[in-house]
Amino acid sequence: MYAFHEGGGIPVVDPTSADGVFSLLWLVIALPLAGAAVLLIGGKYTDRWGHLLGTALPIGSFAISLAMFISLLGRDDNDRQVVQELYTWFQTGHLDVGMDLLYDPLSALFLLLITGVGSLIHVYSIGYMAHDPRRRRFFAYLNLFVAAMLMLVLSENYLGLFLGWEGVGLASYLLIGFWQHKPSAAAAAKKAFVINRVGDMGLSLSIMLFFITFGSTSFTVISAGAGEASQTTMTILGLLLLLGACGKSAQFPLQAWLLDAMEGPTPVSALIHAATMVTAGVYLIVRSNFVFDLAPDAQTVVVIVAVISLLWGAWIGCAKDDIKKALAGSTMSQIGYMMLGAGLGTAGYAFAIFHLLTHGFFKANMFLGAGSVMHGMDDDVDMRHYGALRKMMPVTFLTFAMGYLAIIGFPGFSGFWSKDKIIETALAENWLVGLCALLGAGITGFYMTRMMLMTFFTDKRWEKDVHPHESPSVMTVPLIVLAALSVLGGVMIAGDWIVDFLAPVTGVAPHEDPPLPALAITVIAVCVVAVGVALAWFLIGKREVPREAPQDVSWVTKAGREEVYGNQINDTLVVNPGRELTTALLITDKYVVDGVFTGGPVALGGFAGFARRVQNGFVRTYALSILGGALLVALALLAVNLA
Amino acid sequence: MSDVTPFVVLSGILFTIGCVGVLTRRNAIVVFMCVELMLNASNLALVAFAKQHGNLDGQIAAFFVMVVAAAEVVIGLAIIMTIFRTRRSASVDDASLLKY
Amino acid sequence: MVAFWILAPIMVIAALGLLFVRKAVHAALLLAVVMISLAVLYLVLEAPFLFAVQIIVYTGAILMLFLFVLMLVGVDASDSVVETIRGQRAFAIVGGVALGVLLVTGLGQVSLGTAVGLDEANAPGNVQALANILFSRYVFAFEATSALLITAAVGAMVLAHRERLTPRVGQAERAAQRLQEYADKGAHLGPLPPPGVYARHNAVDTPALLPDGTAAESSVSRVLAARGTVRSAPAMADDIEEIENQIGWAPHAGRDAAPPASTTEEAPATGGEHE
Repeated sequence: MYAFHEGGGIPVVDPTSADGVFSLLWLVIALPLAGAAVLLIGGKYTDRWGHLLGTALPIGSFAISLAMFISLLGRDDNDRQVVQELYTWFQTGHLDVGMDLLYDPLSALFLLLITGVGSLIHVYSIGYMAHDPRRRRFFAYLNLFVAAMLMLVLSENYLGLFLGWEGVGLASYLLIGFWQHKPSAAAAAKKAFVINRVGDMGLSLSIMLFFITFGSTSFTVISAGAGEASQTTMTILGLLLLLGACGKSAQFPLQAWLLDAMEGPTPVSALIHAATMVTAGVYLIVRSNFVFDLAPDAQTVVVIVAVISLLWGAWIGCAKDDIKKALAGSTMSQIGYMMLGAGLGTAGYAFAIFHLLTHGFFKANMFLGAGSVMHGMDDDVDMRHYGALRKMMPVTFLTFAMGYLAIIGFPGFSGFWSKDKIIETALAENWLVGLCALLGAGITGFYMTRMMLMTFFTDKRWEKDVHPHESPSVMTVPLIVLAALSVLGGVMIAGDWIVDFLAPVTGVAPHEDPPLPALAITVIAVCVVAVGVALAWFLIGKREVPREAPQDVSWVTKAGREEVYGNQINDTLVVNPGRELTTALLITDKYVVDGVFTGGPVALGGFAGFARRVQNGFVRTYALSILGGALLVALALLAVNLA
Repeated sequence: MSDVTPFVVLSGILFTIGCVGVLTRRNAIVVFMCVELMLNASNLALVAFAKQHGNLDGQIAAFFVMVVAAAEVVIGLAIIMTIFRTRRSASVDDASLLKY
Repeated sequence: MVAFWILAPIMVIAALGLLFVRKAVHAALLLAVVMISLAVLYLVLEAPFLFAVQIIVYTGAILMLFLFVLMLVGVDASDSVVETIRGQRAFAIVGGVALGVLLVTGLGQVSLGTAVGLDEANAPGNVQALANILFSRYVFAFEATSALLITAAVGAMVLAHRERLTPRVGQAERAAQRLQEYADKGAHLGPLPPPGVYARHNAVDTPALLPDGTAAESSVSRVLAARGTVRSAPAMADDIEEIENQIGWAPHAGRDAAPPASTTEEAPATGGEHE
């Protein structure tokens, strides 16, 4: 059916040349890139229409993506990989890197997500950033991000992927620090950039190892030769790729930047730090399935990292009062689910991508909803200052509620289908991992209900001079579209469509019987979520919510507010030792290395500084030294003559 | 002890006194006088040695010393006048700006 | 040698005085003593020409130059005895004593033998003998000294010369300035009134009287005013009456009673007022 490797059921990337509508592939990237170039180079001359251009171009990309997707559906199952070779990027020694674009079912889904959700967020930003004097620049950065993200998912080799990878990192840095006049935003941007460097180092090392092992960075070549490499190499490659994925996707232990990244404008949080960029790590692992399928140890590490991140993010989400940071904790947790799916191997890849897509819908929806709330609340982000907003902003409330029901896994909504599948697969693989995933689902129910209650229900707690109001339609229309997608996203799993669709990329998993019937697992999961929701109702909904965060709370809450001490751990283990090391090196350089070379001159200079005191300006002192000299000469003469 | 030895010793004593004067006095004019004293002491030695050796070259040297001393006094006193005119002081210690 | 033993202690004492006297004038006088004594010693040492030169050039010219400069700088100024440079005096004394001991013992112990004497060299006369050597063997050095002296003279002129910084004020400028002051401040245009005019006393210490009878302060030298020896004209009215009584004639009695000589006496006084 598909081109599989000899040894196991590992799919081989074996694309055909692009023709027809697929020859427009390059345009998908080129459109937003051109937008960024025009807006950045055009400067203030494009201020008046820059946001319109910046919105139209991603919509154009979406149209092309949609056309190609439909065309791809019309093709035969084993003919769904298309490559477009644009030009030779560079060629040095044995390294021959082409600017080649690969369009297959995986990229197709990502293309639709990025350009679709991206376009909606562009539209939303027109309203959200209407009063910002630097709106044109904001759209330029957003376009740059979209172009880089498309490059990431379309490249046919790891170097092109790395180009997009760094491009989204740059765009993320620029957009987190968009309000650069705020020191906290500038610091957050820097933090995100630095922590991402750690992950990027892992990715770049893995690319070098790919080249050493396979002599190429192309997916086609590597997937074809994957079986010939040793298992150790594959494990190392897998771990390095995981490190890169952790950095980009804010997974343990490189998760600390994501909450600070909420300093950026809310559309940025929705697009980059919820729907697309942070899921690049999941894409990387699913795309590199030919590595992970041959490195079970690396897969185990992926699962461990995923479970830790899943619970860690949920913990943070429960304690934060800042609506965006609570959502960021939730994002980290949900990406943990995706990583878990990806770590489970062939059986989980499709579900990871499925959850990625549904999460892209409902989390973007909720982030934009949070932005809409902030828009009406004078940019206040503290949920303790909200309350009873459902009447003031009904559209926001209803769309947010759709996202809420989707994320907690209310039966029938998109999140229900995607999360349930991952839990099911995890339980089939390992009961402990499955239980953790189940627990995470319960906590998700708790913290999302808490957010929902504190924002839209309970008593109103806002100040007198705050007048909550519904956002303009340019902001609510994207919300409605995303809410619809949140509700209906589950349709992709109908008849296992997405599993079959992705099979050319991920391969086909042998059917495994779960320890319990699938229906039982679903019922249990729904019950666990119901417990979490009920707990939230009794702890928050039934009580008075204090306007100021209470300080006498349990250690669990304290730890959650401190982001489970992620920053402190980083400081203790990395930042402070590094700082001390550089201080020690600086002192060594200054006093030991420099001392060896400059010691002589410095000593001479010191002596000269002392000796110049002899020149005191008094002519009588000079006369005295002349007398002393004359005496010495006379004595010397005497001594010579007597001897 | 020869006939001229006392003259030479006296010359040495005068020279030493002039030398100490240069080192201890602060009035530029007195310092200058002490320099003259040293020159005169050396002249005495020259003349004494002329007698010792029966040779007039010593006297000629003393004569030249006097001529040079005259020229030196003219210039030296003019310099002292100039300094006094600008600084209202004839102390050698006050002219101590050229230093570290 | 008698002269030597008399003069040597005097010279040493005078030279030592040079170190201790506080006034520069005294130092110059002590130096004169040393130099004249030295001249006598030159005579003892059979150098009559240098004896004359020492008196004329050193004592006469150079020392007088010193005294001139002392007068310009200030004769009254006396030096402080406090040493300002730390250790200077102690080291100077130690070094001086060391040098003295070295020179005296060294020179005293050298055995020079009997002096040859200048009888033979001075045979044609000391001046002639010196001239012979000077204008033969040392003629170039002699010519060089002439250049040196001229250079020194020019140098002294250059150093003593003061550059004029402002244009010279001539008679026309002074007159214009005086009129300007009259216009601005009403300063008196003419020369100051001489003292004694219309005063009953014609001494320089008595101010002139203005037409209203008050005393003109500016008619008396400021030096006299500073000394407080200015006398007031009205205060001398008593003197006048006393004199009148003595001569038995009162000019105030009336014009008819005045002797004819009195008109001629008053004329110059009237002219003095118009000046």
